[in-house]
Amino acid sequence: MFLRRRSKRSQETGQTDPVPETHTRTLDPIEIPPGDVLETLLLSAGGPVELAAIEAESDTINRLHEDGIELVVPLIGQGELLGALYLGQRLSDQPYSTDDRRLLGNLAAQVAPAMKVAQLVREQQAEAKERERMKQELEVAALIQQTLLPKELPSIKGWNVDAFYRPARAVGGDFYDFIDLGNSRLGVVIGDVTDKGVPAALVMATCRSMLRAAAFNHDSPSAVLADVNDVLVPEIPPAMFVTCLYAIIDTDAGEVVFANAGHNLPYVRTADGVIELRATGMPLGLMPGMDYDDKVHELSDGDIMVLTSDGITEAHNPVGEMYGFSRLMGRVAATKNNDMVNSLVGDLERWTGPDAEQEDDITLVVVRRTASAEGSAAVFHPAEGEQLLAEFSVPSVEGNERIAIEKVSAAISSLGLEEARLERLKTAVGETVMNAIEHGNENDSSLDVGIRVIANSSRLVVRVTDRGGDKEIPEAATPDIEAKLAGEQTPRGWGLFLIGQMVDEVNRVRENGSHVVELIMNREGEG
Amino acid sequence: MSDEGLETTVQVTGEGAVVELRGTVNRGAKEVMEAAYVEAAAIPGEIVLDFSKVDYINSTGIAVIVGMLAMARAEDRQVAAFGLTDHYREVFEITRLADFMNIREDASAAD
Repeated sequence: MFLRRRSKRSQETGQTDPVPETHTRTLDPIEIPPGDVLETLLLSAGGPVELAAIEAESDTINRLHEDGIELVVPLIGQGELLGALYLGQRLSDQPYSTDDRRLLGNLAAQVAPAMKVAQLVREQQAEAKERERMKQELEVAALIQQTLLPKELPSIKGWNVDAFYRPARAVGGDFYDFIDLGNSRLGVVIGDVTDKGVPAALVMATCRSMLRAAAFNHDSPSAVLADVNDVLVPEIPPAMFVTCLYAIIDTDAGEVVFANAGHNLPYVRTADGVIELRATGMPLGLMPGMDYDDKVHELSDGDIMVLTSDGITEAHNPVGEMYGFSRLMGRVAATKNNDMVNSLVGDLERWTGPDAEQEDDITLVVVRRTASAEGSAAVFHPAEGEQLLAEFSVPSVEGNERIAIEKVSAAISSLGLEEARLERLKTAVGETVMNAIEHGNENDSSLDVGIRVIANSSRLVVRVTDRGGDKEIPEAATPDIEAKLAGEQTPRGWGLFLIGQMVDEVNRVRENGSHVVELIMNREGEG
Repeated sequence: MSDEGLETTVQVTGEGAVVELRGTVNRGAKEVMEAAYVEAAAIPGEIVLDFSKVDYINSTGIAVIVGMLAMARAEDRQVAAFGLTDHYREVFEITRLADFMNIREDASAAD
């Protein structure tokens, strides 16, 4: 007896029902491959077919002859060959009669629909089991990745580091890492393991550990990649490999030394445009003994280095076009503010469309050498017990105060500031940054507004710095709303007044040609 | 987070006009706000500003509201507002905008 699965590709492996050994013998199922001439014959016959009457030849027919089959009874449902009954010689040694064939034909006609239902049920059960297995596997893979990705971003004076990671539903093998190497050196890793799910997540975890270990054993990125490659080759499953770019940034000098193992090239947005940092090398885990080259690039103040995974460049729009490197490069160039992550992710989402399922993991690492509105002369000297919660800058472009509000809000989320006081601080930050953009830096987009968020147990301080150090700082006065409503005064002039009302204390100082506003919220009694 | 601007819709009610504000009230909202006022002022009765779909108001937006209130005052029109968050309600009180417009809890209830 042969039962065909709906996929038409696999053979029934179950045993036929046992019957008394003295009268019958059990044959291994004989599959009728799709397209076999016997399939065509059985479908066209519609009823039992005597094997001896078949003139055509095929491997299946020959095998049936060898096994002593005399009659083949097709099980047909909805025009599809679901299976077949193979009958050998009658026990009476008589040939099969017309009645026998009619009886068998009727039997097959009744069995076929039931068999079809049974096959569907079995397939659905298998699919449900497979779905549950996939779901569990994805959960494990996601857990591995989330556990190993950095919990927080490096906070380095004069640098702004941002990262974005969004897994695809099938969880690919993207990863990134920051390694504090000491002596003002920061290791930055971005990588992508081919394959998805648990296998990719496990290789990612292994590779990340190897990179971390090698990073402390070698001074150059090329040596780190070569070392990891050699250790990874014997460990990695066949047909899997890892693309990886590793850079070491000298955070004092701004020098970046990097080596590449087949990963997307980084872009750097400079004041003069966007450049590609070129470096090539074989992906990790393919062949032992690979050499990699160290390349050097110096980041100037304001330069932004963008590292990406191919989940961005290989994302498709609804008509099947890839996002591609040229569009990514163009978007990096077109992003005039410093919120590169939101700009790139937003553009990608517009490209793929709102309802598109993400094809692959999306990973972005953005490293920016800040144009130091804060000045290289350190304005911030953390006192004992003080903690720097955030340090970033925004270009002097109207509307960027809202970026500052969001970042300050995120930085202090763990402090448990009462909701009303949080809202007041957000308004004060927005107004102060707006003043810094408009008055301090006179809307010059090449100048940044620097923001530092510092806290200790008794107070929270937000320092907003612009380049307006030579300008007179007006005193906050209470606006005369009656005069404004009567048209005797301009309706404007609320900013300084609001700032003073929103926080517990405001300090204004000039430092190194900069103008600094300190917004202070007392924390006594806060949760 | 980005400034998406301000959109308005003016609806006629039994008591006057309700101006639904959606988005950001900052200096960029001046023309939209003035146009909405002119449309609302053509309807007799009270002009009610619905802030429930406003996500951000800054000091330049307060100046825009003051400018609109000045127009209403010149024409002796009553202005009310509802849908403010607790924070922006506090801002309206600190700036004394609340002294010149009737701040309500919702569209119907008088404060």
